[in-house]
Parts: sequence; structure tokens; C-alpha cells
Amino acid sequence: MTISNQENILEVRNLCTSFFTDEGEVKAVDGVDFSIEKGKTIGIVGESGSGKSITSLSIMRLVQEPAGKVVDGEIVFKGENLLTKTKKEMRDIRGNKISMIFQEPMTSLNPTLTCGEQIAESLRIHQKLNRKEARVKAIEMLKLVGIPSPEKRVKQYPFELSGGMRQRVMIAIALACNPELLIADEPTTALDVTIQAQILELIKKLQEELGTSLMIITHDLGVVAEMCDRVAVMYCGKVVEYADVKTIFTDPKHPYTIGLLNSVPRHDLKVEGELSVIKGSVPSPFELPSGCRFVTRCPHAREICHRELPALETKEDGNQVRCWIHTDQWEKQAEAVSTHE
Amino acid sequence: MFVFIIRRLFQTIPVMIGVTLAVFLMMHLIPGDPAQIMAGERADEAQLEQMRENLGLNDPLYQQYFRYVGNAIQGDLGTSIRTDRAVTEEIFTNRIWITFELALYGTVLAVILGLIAGIISATRKYSFSDVSLMIVALFGMSMPNFWLGIMLIYFFSVNLGWFPTIGWESWKHMVLPVLTIGTGGAAIIARMTRSSMLEVLDNDYIRTAYAKGVHDRVVIYKHALRNALVPVVTIVGLQFGTLLGGAVITETVFAINGLGRLVVDSIRMRDFPMVQGTILVCAVLFVVVNFIVDITYRLINKRIELN
Amino acid sequence: MSHPQLQESTGIPIKTKNKSTTPWVSFYKKLAKNKAALAGAIVVLIFTILAILAPLIAPYDPTAMDMSKRLAPPSADHWFGNDDKGRDILSRILYGSRISLTVGILSTILGAVVGVILGIVSGYYGKWVDSLIMRICDVLLAFPGILLALAIVSILGPSTTNVIIAVAFFAVPTFARIVRGSTLSVKKLEYVDAIRAVGASDFRIIFKHILPNITSPIIVQSTLYIASAIITASALSFLGLGTQPPTPEWGTMLAQGRSFMAQAPHISLFPGLIILVVVVGFNLFGDGLRDALDPKTKR
Repeated sequence: MTISNQENILEVRNLCTSFFTDEGEVKAVDGVDFSIEKGKTIGIVGESGSGKSITSLSIMRLVQEPAGKVVDGEIVFKGENLLTKTKKEMRDIRGNKISMIFQEPMTSLNPTLTCGEQIAESLRIHQKLNRKEARVKAIEMLKLVGIPSPEKRVKQYPFELSGGMRQRVMIAIALACNPELLIADEPTTALDVTIQAQILELIKKLQEELGTSLMIITHDLGVVAEMCDRVAVMYCGKVVEYADVKTIFTDPKHPYTIGLLNSVPRHDLKVEGELSVIKGSVPSPFELPSGCRFVTRCPHAREICHRELPALETKEDGNQVRCWIHTDQWEKQAEAVSTHE
Repeated sequence: MFVFIIRRLFQTIPVMIGVTLAVFLMMHLIPGDPAQIMAGERADEAQLEQMRENLGLNDPLYQQYFRYVGNAIQGDLGTSIRTDRAVTEEIFTNRIWITFELALYGTVLAVILGLIAGIISATRKYSFSDVSLMIVALFGMSMPNFWLGIMLIYFFSVNLGWFPTIGWESWKHMVLPVLTIGTGGAAIIARMTRSSMLEVLDNDYIRTAYAKGVHDRVVIYKHALRNALVPVVTIVGLQFGTLLGGAVITETVFAINGLGRLVVDSIRMRDFPMVQGTILVCAVLFVVVNFIVDITYRLINKRIELN
Repeated sequence: MSHPQLQESTGIPIKTKNKSTTPWVSFYKKLAKNKAALAGAIVVLIFTILAILAPLIAPYDPTAMDMSKRLAPPSADHWFGNDDKGRDILSRILYGSRISLTVGILSTILGAVVGVILGIVSGYYGKWVDSLIMRICDVLLAFPGILLALAIVSILGPSTTNVIIAVAFFAVPTFARIVRGSTLSVKKLEYVDAIRAVGASDFRIIFKHILPNITSPIIVQSTLYIASAIITASALSFLGLGTQPPTPEWGTMLAQGRSFMAQAPHISLFPGLIILVVVVGFNLFGDGLRDALDPKTKR
């Protein structure tokens, strides 16, 4: 397996998270590997249903038990496996060493507590500040995330703020204790386009100032291009391509990644004509194809794709892809397919 | 806030008018001659005429109503047929406080028990304690309180001799009646708290709290409970009303001389001015309590209302 | 069980398997799956059958006195014992179930019908009609708990029929409010505007389009209301203001047993226990119906 790298702040190895429903087990995350280098940004990309959010919740150990459970794998944060931590140890890490920003700023803040109280809470827990100190720090944080007249805002309730402002408050909460890793789960999806850019810029700026490592979960390749160093593309609970951001955009390997890229309007390539979309939809988690999970939507699918799940193969440049096309098997298949079709 | 109180006050006016009208009309809805009813069965024609004159029964109905309300405001709800005492004197000397105490303690008991049970249930969803608590709540809610009262007397007073059977004097007298009157409310509040808590615990901001590293206990009591209490508070006022009504039963079972027993006895004795007066006072008390609860609720949850 | 976290973060509707079922089949399936509701339904069914068959299955005449068996505790011949006049308690309870169920169901139906009409009129026509009806409901609800029923009984005099009327009165504002709310939300739907534009009469819109859409809350509320109607009715009888002795009625029986509590607690024990069981049955069934009919839990 991968050798632990001191430069990596987080290493996820063979992570498997399942939900147990009346209809059976749903493998929401099924053997996911990736790592985040210190101070760098990784993007986890995929459609809804790909398991990207569950991956982040698994890292925080916030998957709702008993319905959901991390069933296998390791999550190594600074050399220590988070999955073996006790509840108390996890509480000391959450909001302190690893923080998280959620998708819905409208509902992710407690309506009955002021913004100040909500920022101060993690400071009081993790840095043992008293009420007064925490309040001062909270105002400082609000200033840092660019909220005007923070002395006034600190006393306000979430409903008195706009969506963009609330997301800034969320960021202030997440960064209050200066975490080493920030997980942002679709941080801009629920916001207006103009606000989206501001929030991304803010996250980027703060990341550079504070030296935080960042994990961004998104379905928006624009966000990836702007923010990330490495990208993991997920499909149906598995990583299908894992590469540096440049390769993803210039030389994508997996048909799914290519499909995603083709469905995004790009101003750098002045291609005329319509955007293509990936045909079909994500299969039901109860009816996953037995071979490659993308087979039902893949334009290049061959017999082997239906039969066997390809492995995540590492290329010479260190990038990884999970596709038969990029294996020796593919050529051998060629003849078989020509008779098949 | 001031505007809200004034507006809420104005809302109670039509209710008050309706309540007084309904109580006033009771007398005229009873089959038979109101004068006969007021004067008692054995009154002769002269007495009846005198009674009509005294009560102004020969005036048009609306005049009678205005006089009734006018008198009521001045604290005159008529005279008891049975005791010849003023109705207000009978009600306000002692009885109303006993009933108020009974309903209040019952409400407090219901709120405390209900909240504790509801929180335990919600935080341990589908566990043994959740299931058993909810079964207990179902039975508590379905239990006729007159039967509960009698059974409590049988076990704790007759068999064990721990508490006195009847009356309302020391705290020992109060234990069984308060249990009797509060059980149903406790069950309803427990169920309400549970479902409200479960709904709140599914919210995004609860996940945010966990993500901050907040202790489970703090998440439950600080983040979840505050929000879960919102719908619970609204039913506490209603519960008080139900308990006020429940006092009728409890006071009868435990022979407590409160308003509830007064109503029942007066109905049996066909002492109509007393029936009218007591029912009116109870209704007004309920309206006032609801008014206070609404204001408090608004004070506590100003921010949510605005949301 | 639903899985909000999974559903939310993956967008997968977990209940994907019950696809092509009609609403009634899915309703029945949900109800059958809910064991508690099923138990409630069975209790209700059993008591309904017992009530109907009471004259055939009651071991004794419910009014036949036998002073030799005065206050006799439960025995093989008299499962629930005998009361202060030596009457068989089991037989009296069986006959009593006819009264309690009749009162509970009739008063609920009566109250529901009036309440539904008022609620629909209120919600559909709005304006002053709405204000008037809602103020009347406010007034009725201002009489706390059983007091409204007491007031009505004090006007009409104590009897089984008057208990039905009193308890029905009590139900009217509750139903009116619920139905008004549902009517308002159905009225807002676009298709109601569309059929009105086509020229459907108010009457037709109400009966063909609004009423079918608000049956679920009415059915749920009725079932739950029967439970409290049974309690209220027996409470009135317990107070001596409802069904009059010697007619066997659970509340009356309980009240009679009070005087003999020390010697013969079974006289009060059994009628109350039976009320409890029946009411639990209706409550369980009502809860189950709500879970099965409530669109919120249908997912």
C-alpha cells in the first residue's frame, strides 16, 4: 500500500462507508484512496450520489449511526488514524484541527443563537477562552471574513443576514481555531453567482494567510480549476480518476471526466456548437452494474467493462485512472468487440 | 412588542364577548321559564313575577345581556339559589385559588415529566428506553383520569396509607390529585417533545454543532432543545386549559372544594347562577392564561417569529 | 426508516422499490407494516364485534341482581366479579361497550360533519364568513376541557343523547380548524383555479375537488377524536351527568364502585381498564393512520 508521507496532512485509504436500509446495504463510499499535501487543496468532484459528501462526513466521523457506518479503511490525519479515536478525541479534533463548511448557509446556522455566540462556541471549547475573550476573537473573525461592522453583526441572529453573509459566518466559525484542514462541502452551490466568486476568493485568501490545507467537495469544475491542486473524480462511491488539476483539464483520461468537462461551457476553447451531456443517469445504489460502474453511460463500453470492475491504475506521472481503456486489456478486447458489435 | 401586546389584547375582545354571550344565553336556552329556574321549583306566581322584575327578564334580550356584562365587570354574577350567597363570593373566597393551584402544579408536573421523557426518548431513538417511555406515554394519554385517581387512592391511600384520601390542605393531600391531573398532560408533552426533538436533530445546524466539536450533551441541550421547545411551549398553555377542565374530575374524585367540584355540584342541584358564574370564570381564566402564554412565547421567541 | 443524511447528500430516494403501487395499496402496506397500528386496529375491531354481539355473548343479564353475590370478587363464573347489587360486571362491561362505542363514534361523526362543513365554508369563502366562523370556534375553545360539555349537559339535562350532543359540540372547533387549514392549502393549488375558470360551481369544486383532497386529515382526526370522545363521555357519566343508572355504562359503573373501593376494588378496576384498552386501541390506530396517510412521511 501507499507509504505514509510526512508531507501529507491527510491520507484516506480504502475508505468504505455504507448505509444500511430496509432494502439492503448501500455502499455510498466504496474503497476510496486519496491524500492531501500540507497547505494544498484537493477537489473531490462528482455528481450527486457519487459519495463525495459522505466521504467528507466520514473524515469528520459525522456519518449518522446506526444507519450509516464506516465499515473499512483508514483515515490518517497527521500520522494518526481518526477511525480509532475515541469520541472525546474526535471532539477535540473537530472544529479545532479539522473544520467543515457546509453547503446550506441558510440552514447550517442555529436560528436561536447569535452569530457571535456560534463563533465563540468553538473558541471556548477548544481554546478555553472565557466569554469576553471569545467575543473579542469572534469580532476579529468576522472582520477577517470581510463582514462590515462586525461589532454590530456579532449580536445578530442568522435570519438577519443574507446567504452570502451567513456563509462568511460559517467560514468564520470553521477558521476560528485556525484548523490545519478545512473541508468545504459545496461551499458556494447555494449562493448567487456573484457571491460565489467572492466566497471562493475569501476561502483562497484565508487559506494562503493561515496555511490551511483544503478539501473542496463540488460538482462545479469551475471551482476546481480556480482552487485545486489535485482532483479526485468520484462516481458511484469510487474514485475513477485522481490527478493533478492541470492533467484533469488538459488530458483527462476517464470517459466520465471527459464527459463532465464537455458538459461545462468553456470560454478558453472557442468551440462552436452545443454542449454535450453525459447520457443517462446515475444508477440506483441498489442496482449497480457488476463491472465498471460507469458502463451504463459510457460511450466506449466494451464487453470487459460489463464484466469486470477495472482497478485504479497508477500512470508514470503518478496520476491514477480507473478505466479499461488505459490498460493492456483494452487492445485484446478490440477484436472481441468488433465481432460483438 | 408593545404593539403585539395591544394587538393580541384586541384579539381577545371578540372571544370575551362571545364567551359572555354564550354563558348569558345558557339561561335562556334551558327549556322552561328562566324565572322558574332562578326562583326554584316551588316558587308561586307572585314570586315568579317578582323574580322577573328583579332579573329584568321582561326587558329585551340585548338589554339583559348588557346588564349581565355590566354586572359581571363589577363583580356581580348573581346569587346562588342554593346558598343565597353571592356567586363571586363563593368562587373567589377560596375555590378559585385551589383550582388554580391544582392546575398549576399539574402543569408543572406535566411539563417536567414530559420534557424529561421526551428528551430521553428522542436522543435514544428506537432504544429500549425510548420504546418503553413511548408506550407509557401512550397509556398515560389514553387513561381516563377519574379511573387513575381512584386507583391511586386505592393503592396509596387505602392499601399503603401513605397519603390522605380526600381534601386539599398539606402537600400530602396534593400528591395524588396532582399526579391524577398531570399524567395526561405529561404524556402529551412527552410525545410532542420527542417528535419535535427528532425533527430538530435532523437539521443542518445540529451537524454544524457536531462539526465544531461540541459535546453531544451540549448539542442536545443548547442547540437542539431550544429549537425543539418552540412548538412545545405553544401546547403548554392549551394543557393548562385542559387541566383546568380536568380539575372537574380530579376535584370530584378527591373531594377537593375547588371550582370544578362547584360546577358539578351546582349542575346537580340545578343552581344555575352558580353554574353560569363558575363556567364564565373558568373560561375567562383560560383566556387570560393563554394571553400570558402567548406574550411569554413571543418574548422568548421573538427572533424565530421574525424569521 | 428513512435516511435523511444519505438522501440529502446523495440525492438518492431510498424508497425506490415500491414503485408502481396504487395509493391504497401503499397505504395498506404501510399500515400493515406498522405493528402498533395493526394492534390498535385489532383492538378496535374486537370491541366493535363484542359490542354488536353483546346480547349473544354476555354470560348474564346485565341488570339482573343477585344479592347473594354482592361485591363478590372475580371467579370462574364471574370473570370480572360482581358489583354492589350482585350484577355480573363482565356482562355489564360488554353491554356498556355498546354505549361507549356508539357515543364515541356518533358524537365524532356529528361533530366532524358540522366541523368539516364549517371548516370548508370558512376556508373556501374566506372574508367575513371565515372570520365569523373562526371567532365562534375561538369562543368554543375558550371553555377549557370538559367544561363546554358540562355547560351543554347542564342546559339539556343528563342523558345519553345529550352526552352525544355535548361531546359533538366539543369536536366542532377542532375539526373546523383542521379542515379550514387543509382547504386553504388545496384552494391554493393551481388546478382549482383552472376548474373554476372552466366554470365549475362552488358546490362541485368543494365536493369533487376539495373534499377528496382533505379526507386524510379528517380520517386521522376522527379516529383520534373517538378516543377522547369515549373518555369525555364516560367522564360525564362518572360525574352523574351522562348516561343514568341502571343502564350499564363504563363511567357510571366506575362511579358506583368508588364507594366500595376498600372491600371490592374490582368494581372500579375493570371498567376503567377496559376504557384504557379501547382508547389505547383507537389512539394506536389513529397514529398509524396518520403515519400511513401523511404525505410528509411518504417520501
